[in-house]
Amino acid sequence: MPATTIDPTKTRVLKELKHVRPLIGCRFDPSGRYLFASAEDDTIQRFDLLTGGKTALIGHQSWVRGLASVPVKNTPVVSHDNVPTSAIFRGVAAVHKPTVFTLLSGDYHGKLLWWNGADATPKPIKTVEAHDGWIRAVAVSPDGTMVATCGNDQLVKLWNTADGRPIRTFEGHTSHVYNVAFHPNGQRIVSADLKGNIRDWEITTGKLVRELDAKILHKYDTGFGADIGGIRGIAFNSAGTQLACIGITNVSNAFAGVGNPLVVLFDWNDGKPKQLKPKDAFQGTGWGVGIHESGIIIGAGGGGQGRIWFWNPADGTNTHTVNVPTNARDMAIHPDGAALALAGANGTSYLYTTTPTPAVSPSPAPAKKP
Amino acid sequence: MKHCPYACHTSDHLVNRRLFLGGAAAGFAGLTNPAAARELAASQKRMLVIFLSGGVSQLETWDPKPNTDTGGPFRAISTSVPGVHISELLPLAAKRMHLLTLVRGINTAEDEHGRGATIMLTGRRTEPGLKYPEVGAVAAKLLNTTTPELPGHVQITPGGGSGFNKEDAAFLGPKFASVTLADGKPPADLPRPAILTTDADREREAFRQKLNAKFAQSRRSAQTEAYTESFEQASKVVAKANAFDASREDPKAADRYGRHDFGRHMLLARRLLEQGVSFVKVSHTNYDTHHENFDFHIEQLGEFDRPFSMLLDDLSDRGMLESTLVVVMSEFGRTPRINDRYGRDHWSKAWSVAMAGCGLKAGAVVGKTNANGTAVTDREVNGGHLFHTYFRALGLDPTKNFHPAGRPIPIADPKTSAITELLV
Repeated sequence: MPATTIDPTKTRVLKELKHVRPLIGCRFDPSGRYLFASAEDDTIQRFDLLTGGKTALIGHQSWVRGLASVPVKNTPVVSHDNVPTSAIFRGVAAVHKPTVFTLLSGDYHGKLLWWNGADATPKPIKTVEAHDGWIRAVAVSPDGTMVATCGNDQLVKLWNTADGRPIRTFEGHTSHVYNVAFHPNGQRIVSADLKGNIRDWEITTGKLVRELDAKILHKYDTGFGADIGGIRGIAFNSAGTQLACIGITNVSNAFAGVGNPLVVLFDWNDGKPKQLKPKDAFQGTGWGVGIHESGIIIGAGGGGQGRIWFWNPADGTNTHTVNVPTNARDMAIHPDGAALALAGANGTSYLYTTTPTPAVSPSPAPAKKP
Repeated sequence: MKHCPYACHTSDHLVNRRLFLGGAAAGFAGLTNPAAARELAASQKRMLVIFLSGGVSQLETWDPKPNTDTGGPFRAISTSVPGVHISELLPLAAKRMHLLTLVRGINTAEDEHGRGATIMLTGRRTEPGLKYPEVGAVAAKLLNTTTPELPGHVQITPGGGSGFNKEDAAFLGPKFASVTLADGKPPADLPRPAILTTDADREREAFRQKLNAKFAQSRRSAQTEAYTESFEQASKVVAKANAFDASREDPKAADRYGRHDFGRHMLLARRLLEQGVSFVKVSHTNYDTHHENFDFHIEQLGEFDRPFSMLLDDLSDRGMLESTLVVVMSEFGRTPRINDRYGRDHWSKAWSVAMAGCGLKAGAVVGKTNANGTAVTDREVNGGHLFHTYFRALGLDPTKNFHPAGRPIPIADPKTSAITELLV
């Protein structure tokens, strides 16, 4: 699929997807029809971007931050043809061949749940006691066969997507493991912890290949006697040449969250980091990061308010910033590349488009006969 | 047999002289006869306050409300007392619930740190024109000590400076004011410098006392008294320096308590209580979690739970818990509402304190909050009630008066009274 052209300066809200409780995490399904957003009422809310429908996934007994999905069958190619008028934007055109996919969700009690994400009312189909304590993140391998989880037990674990069988445990972190991501080549996995230590592991052997340093995203506040920071969001670019980590730095008051968001962007080949800073002196935490197909690095976060930041991949400058009316606690880029979603602390998931052209065809073409 | 000198007038606290003489006169810890040590330990009442600075969340400790709009992500877990649940962040304390007493209906109606601390430490709201002594000073004055050569009022803080405080005893005078051991260490300049001989030091001190006495004949004031008391407190600390040295404890004990500052401070607290200090306050910082309440409580309570539980075990095993009142308090609790930064803010309207030991019904829970913890629904109490309760539990009568400058001032706020349901 060619990279969708985006213009950060054209960023605007497409839709506010509302829930009654504050949201925690968000991810799209592989086709981009659904947005899943976890909430402080222990539910996962499924927003249907085609119909506008909303379905609650009930099964967790605690909060969920780790969300990921994997197609069970071939995902239809996203097409911009025949977009129904009910669709919120073009990227949901895959509805013409509904995708069957598995949603995976990990909660604060260490449970990892499997769901048939496209069911009318998804129910948990498998539960694994994956970690002792909080699961901080869930990721799916590029081929979809493996699931990775990480958590407060300082472990990173690999699971077989199909049956939930444990494959491997990566040990070595010395603080809570906040995030995990597969390299696009499927050979390596990275995990990142509270103290800004990033570990690069070989999947087949479990061998630690190297460590990367993002300790600038951590501080032990001696005044408060506590650690603050951690890698709150992580993402590779699709080519696997860059790894982006986001969090908080320059902390002057841990318990008020006074510090600045920061992206540490690693060159995957040589491991050299580059700091991407917001242009303004915004105080808060970066909670989500992604690298768009175009190369633009996008981050989101918040303090008293929320922000979306866009960085130029060439020189790392913050080219544009969007004010968000609430703390953005997570961010997901739509598979189509034409939109992104935020998990809002005010209970609203804001769906933004970054395309310069109208997102929805005003008069859709007639549907082709099968 | 003589009557017990304490207000409780029970025979439980009398020392059997023969047993005592069968031991060694080297402080409780030095007694070789365990029965003598146990009896002597039980004869002196003591108080330990663990102050969780900044305001610990009652929802992440003693009064969890899981799966409600305010409950946050953590579980409530069973405890050693059937039917009583506390937060999963305190797994070791949960196993010792049969030693603990919970007060879940506190409403101190004060959300500012300093004023909240005043209420909890003095049992009264701040009043213009009159400063009340803190609980440690009152305890130091009222609890008889078998080791007058040690300060009666010690506080162990995570940082800041060590020293001798003048203010926290208010009208009780500097004799009962606290000695601060910052990071568990006495003031650094107390020991005699190596270049000063013992004789020279003695002569110097004698000269100082002579000048001091002469000055006091004509210029005696509260300030000079405070100055003199500071010197006397300092000399006590120097004379009993080993009492303040937690590194002399068994390394296995240090392992059990945890190899971190708070573990070390709690072990020092045990040592001081064993040596006969009447009141010890250990502060653990910090719980002022306006941001990331859940991450911070995992870390802070993870540090608190083990040494707290180990100290309860040790006091219990050594027969000291019956004579030692342990109180875990803060200046207030935290808001049931979770803010947009995953924080909880200041909340004094419905929160909890945990206690253990002397004079208390172990395993009791008094007071109740509503389903999501926003209000007290049963047996609402404030700092005054708690202050009464501490001293009643210690076998004293807090309705009596102090008489500074001849003016009667009740020990505890007469508008409140003890929570008798939790007293033995």
